[in-house]
Amino acid sequence: MDRPMLEVKNLRIRYASAPTDAVRNVSFTLGRERLGIVGESGSGKSTVGRALLRLLPSAAVTADTLRFDDLELLSLSERQMLKVRGRRMSMILQDPKFSLNPIQRVGHQVAETYLRHFRCSKADARAKAIDMLASVKIRDPARVFDLYPHEISGGMGQRVMIAMMLLADPSLVIADEPTSALDVTVRLQVLNILDALVRDRGIGLIMISHDLNLVRNFCDRVLIMYAGRVVETLAAADLDKAQHPYTRGLLAAQPHIGGSRAPLAVLERRPEWLEEERA
Amino acid sequence: MTESTNRSQRRLPEPIIALGNILAFLMRSPTSAFGLIVLSILIITAIFAPLVATHDPYVQDLNITLQAPGVGHLFGTDELGRDIFSRLVWGSRITLTIIFLVSIVVGPIGLLVGTTAGYFGGRLDTVMMRITDIFLSFPSLILSLAFVAALGPSLNNAIIAIALTSWPPIARLARAETLTFRKADYIAAARLQGASSLRIIIKSIVPMCLPSVLIRLTLNMATVILTAAGLGFLGLGAQPPMPEWGAMIATGRRYMIDSWWLVTYPGVAILSVSLAFNLLGDGLRDALDPKQMNRR
Repeated sequence: MDRPMLEVKNLRIRYASAPTDAVRNVSFTLGRERLGIVGESGSGKSTVGRALLRLLPSAAVTADTLRFDDLELLSLSERQMLKVRGRRMSMILQDPKFSLNPIQRVGHQVAETYLRHFRCSKADARAKAIDMLASVKIRDPARVFDLYPHEISGGMGQRVMIAMMLLADPSLVIADEPTSALDVTVRLQVLNILDALVRDRGIGLIMISHDLNLVRNFCDRVLIMYAGRVVETLAAADLDKAQHPYTRGLLAAQPHIGGSRAPLAVLERRPEWLEEERA
Repeated sequence: MTESTNRSQRRLPEPIIALGNILAFLMRSPTSAFGLIVLSILIITAIFAPLVATHDPYVQDLNITLQAPGVGHLFGTDELGRDIFSRLVWGSRITLTIIFLVSIVVGPIGLLVGTTAGYFGGRLDTVMMRITDIFLSFPSLILSLAFVAALGPSLNNAIIAIALTSWPPIARLARAETLTFRKADYIAAARLQGASSLRIIIKSIVPMCLPSVLIRLTLNMATVILTAAGLGFLGLGAQPPMPEWGAMIATGRRYMIDSWWLVTYPGVAILSVSLAFNLLGDGLRDALDPKQMNRR
């Protein structure tokens, strides 16, 4: 495990017609571990995730290196990219209400991944999909297979989404705020399922989130982003020892049970952080 | 085991149940019920034309020209002694053929152009929509006249001409629909699964556009009938002695003052069928609108 699975060096992304880069000089590597990317809204977390899968047709993406296994992602043709998406790298989207096609049965959408990437009959794909639904702890998967997205609950929808994205056994999964749309009680359940699957299959995970506690509990390493830059990289366990004032600001802005009742600290944003030398 | 057989039994007739629901919804409002009934009569008449018609539509009998409606000839006879009722009945076949052929040509073309333009956007979108605009900038009857004049007058050429002129509104509609959910998350999810653009268009986008395109096609059929009748009237569509309704009006025009039945009955037929299609289209718009699903 010398060579990391994913290597990103000086990634820059600029949306068409935007005056500045949305993401600037982001560098990180990822092995078979769980990496969290944290930051406030608009800091470019999701943009990084989508750029890795080349899902930003209107944006200019440049990087010194953007390597995934043995593939230079930026030089691949769209046709080659089709074989990567879903098969070797996939992404769990935020809200199952919007990310499942409302007019297709959920099972068909899950099986679609398998049909797309393997030569097999529809019956095989169906069996695979039902197995996968079972492994995301959906009770009576054969029944759920034939339901439409509006007939299942949000937590179930997100588990279906996970099943859909893990079915072809990718080696890297990007979870883009996988639990933001779920309520707190379901959140932990979904995360545990995701965590177990990622651990068992040895999948690399990038967890994009704005929830520091969640990232602290579920990830090995944490990347803190501010305004399109990575301001600090930390082991999740060392999050309390953060050096950068922005990270400390984020931590201080969190309420604690039994903590002081004084008003929470207001996050400060200093313009010089934008200009700082890359970490 | 029993559970799985139950499920397969339940799953099979689902489209039929859905169709039944839609029909029941349509029958509930008087206007769309009228449309539905008139069109069923039209279709049944066309299928069983040999049984319904009382006479051969082509046989001439110069002894009984221009007879007023009466016992022997329900709707009277024309200038060559042919039974008008039988000609109307056989004419319904021609009308249905025109509608059917035009629809199966226009629907796919419009869908294909609209969804690809909407999905890919950019330059392709601009080029395709400008071509569509060129077609839209002529009145459809004038454009089909030009096409028929170029291709030569016949029923088949009339169908081709009408098809060539009636796809642009469908393409526009499909494009507008596509634009609304092109950026939706489930399209992104399909791409994340590794689906190619073609697959996304066919499996995700076309089914989403289908209801509104279907409604538009139904509403379009009235225009198609009128255009076909217009072409027939001008002598550019179906050629004599074919019992096409528009052509019947054209030949009957000369005797209109004395023998009103020559033009009235074909006119009523054209009016009621195109009205029926309009009303049915209106009803379908309500029936297929997902916002009104719960009213069913």
